[in-house]
Amino acid sequence: MTDPVGPPLGILAELTHRCPLQCGYCSNPVELLKANRELDTETWIDTFEQAARLGILQVHLSGGEPTLRRDLEEIIACLSQNGVYTNLITAAVTLTRDRLEAFVDAGLEHAQISFQGAKAETTELVGHYRGGHEKKLQAARWVRELGLPLTVNAPIHKLNIAEVPEFVALALEIGAERLEIANVQYYGWAYLNRSALLPDYDAVMRQVDYVEKTRDELTGILNIDFVTPDYYADYPKPCMGGWGKDAFAITPDGHVLPCHAAQSITSLKFDRVTDKPLKDIWEGSDAFNRFRGYDWMPEPCRSCERKEIDFGGCRCQAFALTGDAAATDPTCKLSPYHDRLRELPAAQEIRKRVLSAGKILAENA
Amino acid sequence: MPPCSRHIVDTTSRPALAAHVRLTFNELRGKWAVLAPEKVLWPDEVSADILKRCTGDEPISKIVADLAQDYDAPADQIAPDVLAFVQEWSDRLLIRCSRADAEAAR
Repeated sequence: MTDPVGPPLGILAELTHRCPLQCGYCSNPVELLKANRELDTETWIDTFEQAARLGILQVHLSGGEPTLRRDLEEIIACLSQNGVYTNLITAAVTLTRDRLEAFVDAGLEHAQISFQGAKAETTELVGHYRGGHEKKLQAARWVRELGLPLTVNAPIHKLNIAEVPEFVALALEIGAERLEIANVQYYGWAYLNRSALLPDYDAVMRQVDYVEKTRDELTGILNIDFVTPDYYADYPKPCMGGWGKDAFAITPDGHVLPCHAAQSITSLKFDRVTDKPLKDIWEGSDAFNRFRGYDWMPEPCRSCERKEIDFGGCRCQAFALTGDAAATDPTCKLSPYHDRLRELPAAQEIRKRVLSAGKILAENA
Repeated sequence: MPPCSRHIVDTTSRPALAAHVRLTFNELRGKWAVLAPEKVLWPDEVSADILKRCTGDEPISKIVADLAQDYDAPADQIAPDVLAFVQEWSDRLLIRCSRADAEAAR
């Protein structure tokens, strides 16, 4: 790695793992952290001030459910005062109008509300929260009333892939500017539950056709961002736009990660914001430098003309499916492990995302 | 609220940056940045000059005339580029346009 490390652009800040929903594909790690492991307000504020000096322009405030942090308005105010753009990523079932107004007063600039289904019964079935759908619709109306731009986040899997057209109708009805049709990516909880969640090939192809057609029709009315399911792709996704290139994640207990799932790579060690300055972690830590640039790549990536497009794909997926985090992402058809994507475990019920059971589930998976 | 139909840009359109879309000069990197929901864009100097004039007060015809003066270039040469730029940003909902004639008719 000879190129100097450029300034980072964005942070995914997972302020807490606490969440009122129990989705079986949660992007949090299978071993969830309890509230007593979370950073205190002062440490978050100090971290975000360092981040702004380092060049961070956007922070995605996420969780778990970030609004469960009582200091969220304080955190937003700190970021706003430092010129940093804030996105709130919320399940919105425990949100009140007063709270949302306090966030806006503090400088919040955008809200993203997840909908587990386009229909109320699907939202309940997936998230296991009674009356959740109506609460989300109410929160979306408040976002509009308070003049914030709104994104509807729709995580797509076998149970709701047929509802994609209804998700588009929902986004238009509540006046969202953006709709994320985000096919679940199979790490952590979703990997554990993949036999129950992975849609079949035909359903995915129907979805791709529909989204591409609809995106054209709704140009200038609704922005549709489409995250495709990489299990059926020929080439991998450019994960994080390159490892340690533009963005990083911070866990509730302050670990700084090149991607939010990176702790699944057990061969890497990660620094915490309480150990050393953020700048030292970003520029100098082994975990960030391990897969920066192109020199670490083995074949077939090393001589591949696509290496600057997809950076060899996802390191977490490579590790999960091959045991080697430097291997070519198996979603690439050039990977010798590509066939492993078709090996699904026997059908099982979806394991709910719950605080204490994750470790046991992972060990028995 | 997002528009209920696509705005087709012409010289009477009055473009403004959408709410919570911010044009800012980033000192650290020495370039203009546009901060928007879930994205950061890096307009070049010319694009930044157009965006600075997207205040909602002026129609594109006036923006083109001002740019023609600043860049010492013929307005009819600049106009197609400005229209295409505003249409693209309007399609991505980063710019919202109102129409002078729509206001007059009200």
